[in-house]
Amino acid sequence: MSGFAQNTFNGLVSGAFYALLALGLAVIFGMLRVVNFAHGAFYMLGAFGAYVLLTEAGVPFWAALVIMPVGLGLLGMALERAVIHRLTRLDPLYNFLLTFGLTLILQDLVKLRYGVQSSPYATPSLLSGSVNFGLFDFPTYRVFILGFAALLCVAVWWVLTRTRIGMVVRAATERPDLTRAFGIDVGRWVTPVFGFGIGLAGLAGVLAAPMRAVNPLMGADLIIVVFAVVVIGGLGSIFGSVAAGFGIGLVQAWGEAYLSHFPIVSQTIVFVVMAGVLLWRPAGLFGREEAPA
Amino acid sequence: MLRIENLSAFYGEAQVLRDVSLQVSAGEVVTLVGRNGAGKSTLLRCVMGLHAGQRGTVELDGRDITRLPAHRRARLGLGWVPDDRGSYATLTVTENLTLPPTVGPDPWSLERVYEAFPALYTRRDSAATMLSGGEQQMLALARVLRMGARLLLCDEPTEGLSPLLVQQVGDLLREAKRHGVTVLLVEQNLHFATGVADRHYLLAEGRVAEAMDNSEVRSRERELLAYLGI
Repeated sequence: MSGFAQNTFNGLVSGAFYALLALGLAVIFGMLRVVNFAHGAFYMLGAFGAYVLLTEAGVPFWAALVIMPVGLGLLGMALERAVIHRLTRLDPLYNFLLTFGLTLILQDLVKLRYGVQSSPYATPSLLSGSVNFGLFDFPTYRVFILGFAALLCVAVWWVLTRTRIGMVVRAATERPDLTRAFGIDVGRWVTPVFGFGIGLAGLAGVLAAPMRAVNPLMGADLIIVVFAVVVIGGLGSIFGSVAAGFGIGLVQAWGEAYLSHFPIVSQTIVFVVMAGVLLWRPAGLFGREEAPA
Repeated sequence: MLRIENLSAFYGEAQVLRDVSLQVSAGEVVTLVGRNGAGKSTLLRCVMGLHAGQRGTVELDGRDITRLPAHRRARLGLGWVPDDRGSYATLTVTENLTLPPTVGPDPWSLERVYEAFPALYTRRDSAATMLSGGEQQMLALARVLRMGARLLLCDEPTEGLSPLLVQQVGDLLREAKRHGVTVLLVEQNLHFATGVADRHYLLAEGRVAEAMDNSEVRSRERELLAYLGI
């Protein structure tokens, strides 16, 4: 039983990372119709940025938790203005080429300077140790991640469903042309939304630094699962991406724990689930078929 | 108020409008009639700024708006009532109504909208696409009235509605007109058109074939119906 609780807890923690990354991909896709294959690279930059800030400037974790998302968000906005916005009129193939190319460039720039070995990042002292939940002890830092990610997801959901900005983003996501005809400058919202999605990836990266190996390829390893998450949740669906993020975290953790005798199954279970969902619901669990423009 | 000069529009290679010129004065209700594919909807989309391939001039109150993007035109007082009713599935009924900013001197308040459309009030927190077709049409009209739009561009607002609802659409448009709102209306229902409109343009193969007043449409109703194929 305590093993089950442990596995469930760890699944939710991995799920928190999937959810944050998938959420960013979902808002970006919804608003720009661009699938950002560079999302994992920005996650890696978040973690690496926190590491560099700490080792070379003594900037603590808590400051990095603000500096990196904001900085990467601004970098994302600059990239959107410089190149990403040109994709809207082009064949989707260019979407893949550009964002995948960006991934390779960002990864190799980091490799050039820091090599490929993993760098350690100490858990902030405030969050070291463990929390006792009656029968179980969970590492404090992981409890923090879970709470923080859940809070962020709720905050994003609140902004999207309860504020005027959220209403405009939903309308522009659903029917961009119609929304323009109602006096809303949809183009003005595209750059900040892209920056916001990138900022979330950077934030997830900073959160990952103390518990995952910080290296140039950490994003590439993770993003493959995140894309499965996005497809399962329904491309562009905010709620779907978060729910599928946590769900896949759980499935993966349970699979590794209880199907460890069948490594082929436990390592591919995410993609088996994805294939099953697509057969049953081609638009994903919470996705809708594309509406006319 | 609205002046269209030598407007041509294209879908790729195909030309849908050919040198269309027409005018709508302030406070007038004018309909565009014509067969399917005559270019009526495209003309409305050109006025709204939603059609990319076009040539010619569109003027609003003497100002050339041909190169203005759609959202700026809306802010000048254009109210768009699309043929598919333009309901957002991800927005509630109230959000559908309050999404556009108010742009005119005399916008309806939300209270007034809900008083006039009790059915919308009872469904105010539902997704707009959960409404019936008739309710969605009312929503589309209520939305531009709440904007306070000065020129309504209505694309077949009576299509698929029951006679009772058609009458309600007519009452709304007449009331809007009484308050000085100008309307450009795409309409196939000639009886409805002569009931609300002052003048009519017959579009045929992308050109203005004829300009008619109400008495002319009434006296030629049979011939026109036969021509329109209704």
